[in-house]
Amino acid sequence: MSERYDVVVIGGGVVGAAIARELSRFRLRIALLERQAEVGFGTSKTNSGIIHPGHDTSSATLKGRLVVRGNALYDRLAAELHFGFRRIGQLNVALEPADLVALERLKAQGDAKGVPGLELWDPARLRREEPNLSRELRGALHAPSAGVINPYELVFALVESAARNGVELAVDCPVTALAADGDGLAAHTPRGVFRGRFVLNCAGVASDRVAALAGAATFTITPRKGEEYMLDKRLLGLVRRLVFPVPSPKTKGTLIIPTFDGTIMVGPTAEDVLDRDDVATTARGAREVFAFVRRLCPSIDPRDAITAFAGLRAVADGNDFVIGPTSVRGFVNVAGIQSPGLTAAPAIAEHVRDLLAAEGLALVAKPDFAPEVRAPARFAHLAPEVQEALAARDPRFARVVCRCELVTEAEIDDAVDHGARTLDGLKFRTRAGMGRCQGGFCTPRAMEILARRLGVPLHAVTKRGGGSWIALPMGAEQEA
Amino acid sequence: MLGRMEGDYDVVVVGGGPAGLAAAIGARDAGATRVLVVDREDEAGGILLQCIHAGFGLHYFKEELTGPEYAERFVARALDRDIDVVGSAYVSGAGLDSDGTRRVRVMREGHGIRTVRSRAMVLAMGCRERTRGALHIPGTRPAGVLTAGLAQRFVNVMGLLPGRRVAILGSGDIGLIMARRLTLEGCEVVGVFELMPFSNGLTRNVVQCLGDFGIPLHLSTTVVEIHGQDRVDKITVAPVGADLAPDLSRCREVACDTLLLSIGLVPENELSQGLGVELDVVTQGPRVSSTLETSLPGVFACGNVLHVHDLCDYVTEEALLAGRFAGELAGGVKRPRDNIRVVPGDNVRYCVPHTLAPGREHTIYLRSERPLRPAAIRVGDLVRRKLGFVTPAEMITFRIKPDVLDRFHGEALRIDLLGEPAGPHLAGAEP
Repeated sequence: MSERYDVVVIGGGVVGAAIARELSRFRLRIALLERQAEVGFGTSKTNSGIIHPGHDTSSATLKGRLVVRGNALYDRLAAELHFGFRRIGQLNVALEPADLVALERLKAQGDAKGVPGLELWDPARLRREEPNLSRELRGALHAPSAGVINPYELVFALVESAARNGVELAVDCPVTALAADGDGLAAHTPRGVFRGRFVLNCAGVASDRVAALAGAATFTITPRKGEEYMLDKRLLGLVRRLVFPVPSPKTKGTLIIPTFDGTIMVGPTAEDVLDRDDVATTARGAREVFAFVRRLCPSIDPRDAITAFAGLRAVADGNDFVIGPTSVRGFVNVAGIQSPGLTAAPAIAEHVRDLLAAEGLALVAKPDFAPEVRAPARFAHLAPEVQEALAARDPRFARVVCRCELVTEAEIDDAVDHGARTLDGLKFRTRAGMGRCQGGFCTPRAMEILARRLGVPLHAVTKRGGGSWIALPMGAEQEA
Repeated sequence: MLGRMEGDYDVVVVGGGPAGLAAAIGARDAGATRVLVVDREDEAGGILLQCIHAGFGLHYFKEELTGPEYAERFVARALDRDIDVVGSAYVSGAGLDSDGTRRVRVMREGHGIRTVRSRAMVLAMGCRERTRGALHIPGTRPAGVLTAGLAQRFVNVMGLLPGRRVAILGSGDIGLIMARRLTLEGCEVVGVFELMPFSNGLTRNVVQCLGDFGIPLHLSTTVVEIHGQDRVDKITVAPVGADLAPDLSRCREVACDTLLLSIGLVPENELSQGLGVELDVVTQGPRVSSTLETSLPGVFACGNVLHVHDLCDYVTEEALLAGRFAGELAGGVKRPRDNIRVVPGDNVRYCVPHTLAPGREHTIYLRSERPLRPAAIRVGDLVRRKLGFVTPAEMITFRIKPDVLDRFHGEALRIDLLGEPAGPHLAGAEP
C-alpha cells in the first residue's frame, strides 16, 4: 500500500491526536500512525491527568507560554469531546519557611502570565479548606484554574473526533524508515508507505529516533520515569484539591492527586532512565512517594495502595518543547513534550497549525467539520429510573460484565464501536477491570465479547496488543 | 436456567453458589413457601462449576464428588422444592423499607431491572481472590499475572491455557489444585512460593497436588519483582525473615511466562456494606448472631461471604442453618436476642458466630493464628478438648451442647487454642 497525504502524523499520543484533530478542521488528507495496538497507550495513558494552571513555568520557555493557553482551551474541548474534566484547583504548600518566599515568587510569576485567581493562604485558611493536610504546613498558594482529567479518555476522544472528520488512523504501525519523496517524505511501515508533504514527529519517548530516521538528529530524549500509586476508596474525599510542594527545576514534585473519578493517586517520582521501555515500578519508588506525601498528609498509608504504574516523560536536552521545522524538508518536530505537555496539547495543536500554514500548507476550513463526539455510555453514573428505562429497551444494559465498577455489556459493545481492540482498551474506555477484583471476574466475559466482535478466537485477544497474549489454545501444538 | 421471578418472596437469597442453594433449601424446609435465589452466572452452582476435580462431599454426602456434581445435587434439590432460581441476574443494590421489608434490585438479562421485596434476605455472595495490587509487587505490568481462580476458569470452562511455564505465588488451595491441573495439561509448574513458614492450603492438597507431582513448595519465600514487557518473562524471588521482610541479598530469578496468584480470598461484601451491615475487621464478613443474622434484622449471611471456608461441606452445613433461621423469621418465629458474646482468645484468629444464646446447640467455626501441635480447645472454664494438629489453613468446627451454656453465667465466652507452635512438616516442602 502506498498513499499520499497532506500531513502524516507519527504518534497517537495526546500530542499527535490533538494535532490531527485540529488539522481535521481543514480540507486536508491526514494519516495518524500509531506503533501500538491502540492510541494513547504510551506516555499519555500513564500521565497524572493534571491540567496545570501554568504559574510554575517561566514564560521564557515555549512550554511556559503554551501551558496557560492550553489550560484555557480545556472547557470547550471537554464540552465537545465529553471526557471527564473538572477544575478542582491546586495548592502549592509550604513545608519550610523558605517555601513561603518561593510561593510569593510563584504567585508573581503566575500573575504576570495571566494565570487567573492566584491566592496565598495562611495556615488557618489552609486547615479550614483542607483539614486532612498536615498541620505542620506553613501556608499555600491556591490556583483555582487547575483541573483533572482522565488522560486516556482525552486521547480516545480526540482520535475519534479526528477520525470522524476524515483523519485515517493506522495502529500497529511503527515507522521503520523515512525517505525523501518528491516535495515531502515517505514513512515506511509494516502497513505500507505513507507519503506526506508534511510529516509531524509526535513520537514521544521515541521522537529522537524518528528524527534520526529522517536524518534530522538534532536532539536527544532522556526518558524520565514517574511512578504513581492508586489508593483505596477508603480515602475518597481526603483532599479536595491537587496538592503540590514547591517545584524544583527538575520536577513539580510528588503530589496528591484526587483523580477525576475521585480515587486518590500519589506520585509521581522523577528518575532519568536509559531504557525506553522501563515502565517498572520499584520498591524504592514506593518508599519515596509515601515518605514524601505523608509529610503533606499523614493519614495516607502505604497499605492503601491498590495498584501502581509507571510512565516515561519524553525530556529533550534543553528541557523545553522541541517544536518546529527541521533541515529536512517537510519534517516537523513536535517533540520533547514533557510536563505540562498534556495541558499544553490543545495549544500545541494550534501552534503547529499556524506553523504549518507559515510553511505553506493551505488551510481551507471545512464547512462540515463536526466538533462533537458522542459521550460514552456510563451506566453506573445514571439515575436508577434512567438505568431501568435503558435496561427495558436494550437487554445488554441488564447484563453486568464488570461488577466492581458496574459496567454492562452495552458499554463494552460501545467501547468496541469506539475503537477498543484490546482488554486494556476496554478497561480504559469503560473502567471494566479497574475495580477491586482487578479483572478477576470480568476478564473472561470481556474476552468473549471482544473475540466475538473482532471475529477472532479467544486466544487471539491480547491485554494491549503486541506480545501481550492472555491465554493459549488448549491441546494445540505449542510453539517455541 | 429456566428461572421464574414473580411478585414478592418470603426469603430472597443473593448468590446461587453452594451457600445460596443450601440456604434456600434450609428456608423452604423451615416452612417458607416462596423462596428466590438470584445468581449472576447463567447457571447456578457458583465457583463449584469450574472445580472439576474430586474431593467435594466427603463430609456431607460421605462420598467423593466433583464440584459440578456437588452443585448439581443442590440445584436439583432446590428445583424439587419449587424454589425459584434465576441466573444471569445481578443484584445491584439492596435496602430495608421503613416497615422492615427487605428489597433487592435485580438486573436480569432479558427482563430489565426490577425490585423484589421479601420478609427475610440471605447474603450468600461468596468471596473473591486477592490480586497483585494487594501485595505491591514492584516491576512491570505485563500480561500473564492472574489469579489462580481465573486460570482455573480458563482451563476448565473456556478450554484455554494461561501459559506454558507457570510460577505460583501463595499456597492457597486453588493455587495448589491449579499446580496439578496445569501439570496434567502439559504446562511446566516451576514452583510454588509461600511467604509464610507454612502452607495456606489443606495438607491433603499439598501432598496430592504438589508432592505427588514433584512440584517444589518454597516456604518463607516471596516474589519481589515481576519482569517482562508485553508478557511475563521472569520473576525475582527472595527468602523472607521472621519479620516477613524479603532478604534481597539472597534473591534469584525464575524464568516463567505466567505468575498465578493464590494469596487469599476476600469475602465479597460490597452489597452488605451498601445495606449498612456491620462487618468484622478480621473475617471481613458480617458480624452475626447465633442464628447467622447480621446486625440488620432479617438479613442473614452464610458461606464465604461470612468467612472464608476451606471445605464446601461446611459451607453447606452453615448455609442450611442460616436458611432455616431466615425461613423461620419469615414465618413469624421470634427468638430472644443472644446474650453471650464469643471472644477469640489465645491463638484464635476469629470465631463465627459472634454471639450465642442458651438453650440451643451451637456450631462455632474458628481459625488458629498459627500451626499448633499438640493442640486443644478451651471454651471458657467449661470445656477442654484435644484437637491434635491445627493450622490456619484448616478451619476448626466445634459444637457446644445446650447443657454447656446452661453452666455458663458470664456474658463473654472466651475461646482459646492451646498447644506448642509447630513447624512445617509437609510433604514437598523445601525451605
